[in-house]
Parts: sequence; structure tokens; C-alpha cells
Amino acid sequence: MATGETKMSKEQAKPAREKRGVPSGLWLSCEDCGAMIFRKECERLMNVCPECGFHMYLGARDRINTVLDAGTFEEWDADLSPTDPLGFTDKKKYSERIVAEQKRTGLRDAALTGSGMVRARRVAFGVTDSAFIMGSMGSVVGEKLTRLVERATSERLPLIIISGSGGGARMHEGIFSLMQMAKVSAALARYDEAQGLFISVLTNPTMGGVAASFASLGDIIFAEPKALIGFAGPRTIKATIRIELPKGFQTSEFLLEHGYIDRIVQRADLKSEIARIIDYCGK
Amino acid sequence: MPGYDFRLPFEQPIFELQEQIETLEANETTSPELRERIRELRKQLTETTKAIYNHLDPWETVQVARHKERPKFTDYLDLVFDEFVELHGDRFFGDDRALRAGFAKLDEYKVLVVGHEKGKTLKERNECYFGCAHPEGYRKAMQKMALAAKYGLPIIAMIDTPGAYPGIGAEERGQAMVIAQSMMEMSRFKTPIICVVIGEGGSGGALGIGVGDRVSILQHAYYSVISPEGCAGILWKSHNYAEQAAQALRITSKHLSEMGVVDDVIEEPLGGAHRDHHQMAGRMKVYLLKTLRELLRKPTDELLAQRYEKFRRIGPYLETQPTG
Ligand SMILES: [Zn+2]
Repeated sequence: MATGETKMSKEQAKPAREKRGVPSGLWLSCEDCGAMIFRKECERLMNVCPECGFHMYLGARDRINTVLDAGTFEEWDADLSPTDPLGFTDKKKYSERIVAEQKRTGLRDAALTGSGMVRARRVAFGVTDSAFIMGSMGSVVGEKLTRLVERATSERLPLIIISGSGGGARMHEGIFSLMQMAKVSAALARYDEAQGLFISVLTNPTMGGVAASFASLGDIIFAEPKALIGFAGPRTIKATIRIELPKGFQTSEFLLEHGYIDRIVQRADLKSEIARIIDYCGK
Repeated sequence: MPGYDFRLPFEQPIFELQEQIETLEANETTSPELRERIRELRKQLTETTKAIYNHLDPWETVQVARHKERPKFTDYLDLVFDEFVELHGDRFFGDDRALRAGFAKLDEYKVLVVGHEKGKTLKERNECYFGCAHPEGYRKAMQKMALAAKYGLPIIAMIDTPGAYPGIGAEERGQAMVIAQSMMEMSRFKTPIICVVIGEGGSGGALGIGVGDRVSILQHAYYSVISPEGCAGILWKSHNYAEQAAQALRITSKHLSEMGVVDDVIEEPLGGAHRDHHQMAGRMKVYLLKTLRELLRKPTDELLAQRYEKFRRIGPYLETQPTG
């Protein structure tokens, strides 16, 4: 359930690492087409490549700014932070990994949740940041999202969750992480019973236990273009079946073609697309 | 047991004692001394088996859980239930042999059973991808479980999978989505659900039929967020660290029970379920009947509220006021 594979791609890891505070040059290269892009221009386009339109990594805070009306985000459950329930150590202690990731990203864990306005429509809003331990779901992400769903249910709010997770369920918290999938899904069942509107937005990458739980349970599912989305990581599949994977396998376009998502949405249009769906389905 | 020829390395002392006993028993002549010696060896065999199986480390547990002779879903169908009316197909794509479902009788109770099948012969193993289900398996399970809920039959789910199948077809047919949907639906089916991990509880593929009122595990089965090999490959960059990963992930019944993730641990016969299928099935039947009676006493509202709470409380975190 945990895939950790996308971490292997240096190109993908790079923008995440450079994200915080560090002045990292005026130029960056697009991880898809390789073009050298003026950083300011790229940021103005919400990290979309001006040359090829590739949607690059965008951190959780920036996501909030691109979808919610300015100054309307009110964070919920900000004081939740992860523990190390298994005393997990691989090459590094998980407890130390948490501290390092917190320092690097400025986040306590991989999810931010709260409420805000989308073009003056109040919503419950959650986002996972694929830079924090691969955007993987441990107990904090599971708990924050479950509380978000429960509060959206009781306050009768439309629910928007933007997923970015190469890691799926977080290995370092073992079975607790796996069970978060069931926990959030059960909360979404109740939200569904209460006629709630859940818009799930999939971004690059959305894999493993995140794809196999809340991210796939939207009443409406959007995906950004060319995002990697799937259950098993491409390397695992390749190792199992020992043949080359078809071109475009597990991309947003592949999912659209096979009937699993409603719309592919450009980052610049996401806000207005969400608002429009709320007008059709929301209350 | 007959046909038992698959030996785990750490079981060597057990086999050595067994061979000694067999040699002595093959003697034409018997004497009081010989009979005494055999009695002693038998006692020693019991003690040795107990000592080994009471202290299996996590990696040894994984090997027992994967043991070729370990009772499979179909063995429980034969030994625990009086009848099995298999219901095939997901009404959409096909009939997955790795996830089977059907009506069954458990003494006086009519139930629906779903379970992963790993197969016994090489042909069967290939047909069911060694217990790795495809989306059609989860769709089938969901559709049959919905039937059970509609007609008020309790559901028994037996989990034994290394994981959901990673392949092109599986992705094309929505592996991630069906697992998510199955968990969501199981959380709200208005009928009692008992889930038992009988061998391998391999991540999402296991949890896809693992949401219920009771989640239990056999003593030497394991349940994990990722296979030890997969975890080792990602975090240690080599599958050779599977043993360390198994240790770190805390996947044994004892760990899971201590962490409050499983409700009950069903004890296995001395030396593991693979040594005595009948005894294992007997214990399974006792457990299922007892648990089913408990659950059937609960009003549906209460049952569903408790099912929700059971998963709701899982997952430790710190909650402190932000500093500054
Ligand atoms: Zn580009």
C-alpha cells in the first residue's frame, strides 16, 4: 500500500527540496520538457511550465492560495503532530526524520486542513503536500482528514481535498497508517449519507494508499494534467510482469480514458471549476 | 501431516526429533527401555515445538504465514462450513479466482463468506495469481456483500493475500478505486461483519475486505502496511533487509493486539496451523460462532456506530497547543 517509488526520480524530488527559504537561482529546468525557465515566470503561473504546460510541484500553502479566496483560509487542527508509535528505524530514526521534514517543509505533517471560501462559497478544505515524507498518510494525516470530513458533515459544507502523495500509506507508522485508509473512508461514507458534495482533486503523484482511499472517493474527481495516479508504483508493476509499461500508463489522461475521473483541469482553472460544480451540486 | 514436505529452516530441531522417533518406532523388537526412550523423545518434541513457536520472530512469522501447507480459504470452507454456494463474477468484467464469495452455513447460521484464495497446485496458484486479487475480485466481493446486507446475512471475510495485484490490467480496471469503495461500503453494510486474517494480511489488498465489526488474526498470521520485502526495497534500498523490515513494522498478532488494531487473536495448534488443519478449523469455528452470537444481539444502529468508532480511534498523534 505504501509505494515509495516516485521518490527515486531526482527530477521530482528537486523542486520540493528547493522549496523553502533557500535562494536557488533565477532559473530552473522543467522536469518534463527540460526547458530552462525563469523562476519568477514559473511562479506567476503557479509552477506550470510556460513552455510545455507541465504541472510541477506546488506546496500545500501555495495550493491554498491558488484555490481559496485571499485571506479566507482558517486552519483547523493545526496543533496535531506525529509520534513514532513503532519506534521505527530504517537507515534513519523515524523520530529524527519527522523533525528534519518539519524543518525542511515548515509543516507539522503532510496535510493542512481548514475552511475557506471558493469564490465566496464556504468549503471544508484539505490538501496533502507531497514533499513531506512523500505526502504519505500516517496517523496525523488520517486524523486531520477524518476530522475535516466529520466537520464538513456536521456543518453541511462542500468538501475539497487536493491529494499529492507518492508515498501512499506511511510505512514508518506501520499498520496504523494502513488503518487510516479505512478510517477516512468510513467518515466519507457518513458524509455521503448526509448528501455531502466531495470534490477530490488528484495531483502529481497520487499513489498507493492515498489513491486507494479518500482520493478515489470523490463524488466528482478532477485531476491535473499528466499527473501520475495509480495503485501500484510503476517499478513494482514492471518488476512483477517484466514487460515495458505502455506510454502514458497511470497518467491523468490514462485514467480519463479508462473512466475513472470526471475532468482533467488546468491548475489555473481549478478554482472556477470547483465553484461551478458547487453551484450544481452544493447547498 | 500427510504430504508435509515443506520445511522451514528454524523447524529443523523439530524434524530431527521426529526422525529419531520414527527410527525407534520402526524397530521390530520393542523393550521397556525403548518405549521409555520414545516417550521421552515425544515429550522433548512437544517442548521443542512449543519453545520454537512461542518465540517466533517477525520474519519467522512471515514464513509460517506463507507456509505452503498452511490451511487456505478453501480448507476453511471444507472444514468449518456445512455448505458453500459459490457466487461467481463481478457483473462487469470477470470472475477473479483470487477472491471468492458465496453463501455458506455455519451450524444454524446462514452467512456470506468472502476470502482470498492462494491455491494449492501450481495450476491453481497461477489461476489466482498466488492470492493477489484484481479489481474484479473486489467488485465481486462488494456486490455479494451488498446482497448479504440486503437479505440480512452476516458476512465473514477471510484475508490471505500478499497484496492486491500490481499489473497493467489491474490499473486499467481501477484497482485503487475498488479498494477504496469496498472499504467505504463495508463501513456501512447493515449486517454483522467478522474479518479474520488467516495468513498474509498484505496491505490494501487485505484491507479491501478488512473493514468489519471484529478484526481478528490467527496467532502466526501477519498484517502489514507493506510487505517486508517491499518496505526493505524502498527504505533500505534492498530486498535483503526484509528481516529487519519485518521487525520494524511490528506485524505479528502479538504486536497488533498490543497496539489495539486487532480485536482477537485466535490461537493456532502446537507448531502452527499447518501441522493440524482440523484442530485449526475447529478453533476457527468456535471463534466465529461465539463472535457471531455476540454481534447478532446488537441492534443495527449500535453495530454500525461501534464499527465506526472501532476504526475512528486508531492512530496515535500528539495534540498540543502551538508554541508562540
Ligand atoms: Zn516544460
